[in-house]
Amino acid sequence: MGLLDANISKHNVLVTSVDNVLNWARLSSLWPMGFGLACCAIEMMATNASNYDLERFGIFPRSSPRQSDLMIVAGTVTMKMAERVVRLYEQMPEPRYVLSMGSCSNCGGPYWKHGYHVLKGVDRIIPVDVYVPGCPPRPESLIGGLLKIQELVRMEQIGISRAEALKKLQEKSIDPGQLIQDARQGVEAS
Amino acid sequence: MEDTQENMPQSSEVIAAGKVWHVLREKFGDAISELDENPFMPFFEVRQTERWREIALYMRDSASLRFNYMACLSGVDYPEEEMLGIVCNLESLGHHGHKIAVKVKCDRNGGTIPSVAKVWKTAEWHEREAFDMYGMIFSGHPDPRRILCPEDWEGYPLRKDYQVQETYHGIKVPN
Amino acid sequence: MQELEKAEYSSVRVTPKGEDRVIIEKDLSSEEMILNMGPQHPSTHGVLRLECKTDGEVVIEAEPYLGYLHRCFEKHAEMVDYPGVVPFVDRMDYLASMNNDFAFCIAVEKLLDIEIPRRVEFIRVIVSELNRIASHLVAIGTYAIDLGAFTPFLFCFRDREHILNLLEWTSGARMLYNYILIGGVAYDLPQGFKKRTLEFVKYFRPKALELQKLLTENEIFVKRTKGIGMMPAEVAINYGWSGPMLRGSGVDWDLRKEDAYSIYPELDFKVCVPDGKSSDIGDSLSRHLVRAMEMEQSLDIVEQCLEMMPEEEGFDPKAAIPKRIRPKAGEVYGRAENPRGELGFYIQSDGKSTKPLRCKARSSCFVNLSAMKELSLGQLIPDLVAIIGSIDIVLGEVDR
Repeated sequence: MGLLDANISKHNVLVTSVDNVLNWARLSSLWPMGFGLACCAIEMMATNASNYDLERFGIFPRSSPRQSDLMIVAGTVTMKMAERVVRLYEQMPEPRYVLSMGSCSNCGGPYWKHGYHVLKGVDRIIPVDVYVPGCPPRPESLIGGLLKIQELVRMEQIGISRAEALKKLQEKSIDPGQLIQDARQGVEAS
Repeated sequence: MEDTQENMPQSSEVIAAGKVWHVLREKFGDAISELDENPFMPFFEVRQTERWREIALYMRDSASLRFNYMACLSGVDYPEEEMLGIVCNLESLGHHGHKIAVKVKCDRNGGTIPSVAKVWKTAEWHEREAFDMYGMIFSGHPDPRRILCPEDWEGYPLRKDYQVQETYHGIKVPN
Repeated sequence: MQELEKAEYSSVRVTPKGEDRVIIEKDLSSEEMILNMGPQHPSTHGVLRLECKTDGEVVIEAEPYLGYLHRCFEKHAEMVDYPGVVPFVDRMDYLASMNNDFAFCIAVEKLLDIEIPRRVEFIRVIVSELNRIASHLVAIGTYAIDLGAFTPFLFCFRDREHILNLLEWTSGARMLYNYILIGGVAYDLPQGFKKRTLEFVKYFRPKALELQKLLTENEIFVKRTKGIGMMPAEVAINYGWSGPMLRGSGVDWDLRKEDAYSIYPELDFKVCVPDGKSSDIGDSLSRHLVRAMEMEQSLDIVEQCLEMMPEEEGFDPKAAIPKRIRPKAGEVYGRAENPRGELGFYIQSDGKSTKPLRCKARSSCFVNLSAMKELSLGQLIPDLVAIIGSIDIVLGEVDR
């Protein structure tokens, strides 16, 4: 919100809507559940660790579902694990968000065709807000996904549903292809 | 041990396996088959399946064999012969350094193989896995349950004629 | 027949050493409690589930339940052709993909009977030893977290990133490389790789020492691990242990020496076995020490390889890859030393198809973990965490 660099002297009054303050507080301390399933969990750990340092976004893994508001499904969900994932999701307090990390939890990934024991997409059992593609996604793309979650939180208002917020986010989002094309043209021109 | 084993040409493994096989042949006679002397993995087959545990025990404890280390136990499906089987890769670790593979087969429908889980502890989980994937029964196994698939999974996934189930606990399984 | 039964049980049992640590008052009436640990638990290193029967704080029995990450590797291996199996092998032990690929390629190449160019062998050894260091770094870092130390984890991941950068530069991927192919490698080493890798080796040596000071000589760490999870050598062999686990029990056994595959016989390195001065042979601390020592040996190996590697202009690392990989009928058991132990592949080929008829992965963690029941006998619940950490499991390889 740019509060820190706004050079505010003492005894000021800031006026904003309740929604804004609430959302700002929520999105600045997203606590994901530290819950790794497979390969992606290692990249998630790497994102939490020194080089990528997720704590600068206020994101800090919690071990208990009851203390977390974001579930990062990092890795392949199998049939045996599916019911546990649902149970973990149900244990999380509302409002809760789900980020599906990696191809396996998006759609089954390389195990799509012959993986008899692999759940083809975690969205078959729990609702997913943001999908991060990759096998495994780089830490940068996970951070990108988490920023999308923050954007989604920012869209929410008292009185509108999650579905509407998601729709608003979709309308607001920019086609990355266009951005890349613009950047390319910029390079060519210079 | 390192020098004699590694610096010789590849066939040294086969020669060592041949010696092992002779010892076993003397003791068990026709219960074991001829040695297949392929250069990658010399093996013999146990013809009388019910004697497998006895043979295994002898292989572990006999002073001239001392196969104290089981590297691997793989279940195999032989659909043409209507058989299931296991392949065990054994090695004498720290004693003689020789290796050999043993095959044991059983009937495809309800066949049993004597369990060697108490001879080599490695076999305990590997036999559970073979049962999980192929469905042969290991008689005398201390804990005969599925290990990887859920308890109520249908069918044995690695059999060649396996058909995946449609739903599991209400979740769609195939893509 | 009874004699047979008796003789079977003659294989030794573990008696937990340091029993005086745990005092159970026999006269108190106690009640058994079942404590479920996992599949979602921060210190089970993935989705392992342990069902512990406890008497107060003392674990009477801990039964591991697996399969929460069973991704049907063996089914996939039968469904895709030989080069297509490599990506699935990558995803088995995701901390050491290079080593996994190496083991699989060794098995298939044995069956194919092809000659590998010498430079390729060097490249393979360099990348897999680098990956071994990265894998041990994760093992040590997460082990430290399990025991309550957070800083070593950050240090380990910081240094691991350097290795990942090198490997990414070589192969194009950060974690799952698909780099070592049957009969070759995907690309030659990039220009300047030697210089940067030597820089890394120079950078990492003091860091490894720092880690040693921070963790291995740390009193709390030693108290938590020394004498915990004892495993005598004989039982370890009977359980089929391999790699750092077996060496931690004092058995001088390393497949790089015993099988002498690739160019390892030409290299000068020693097999790390704890000397028993700072740890009891066979406890969790010994296993940790082996890993710490192995990192330094791997650095030596990398250095030697970079020195000895033949330089070739316009070298094509894919030259020896057969156009169509269709091995003749036969069976093979090929194996290699993974950071976690012996990774073996039993492959059956019918000689007609380009797909394996059967491909079984002998996973090192799977076998190492099978001793969990025995190791946890009579230990305290917090020590259970120390034991699981010292086994260093990767669930992708346990469940495959």
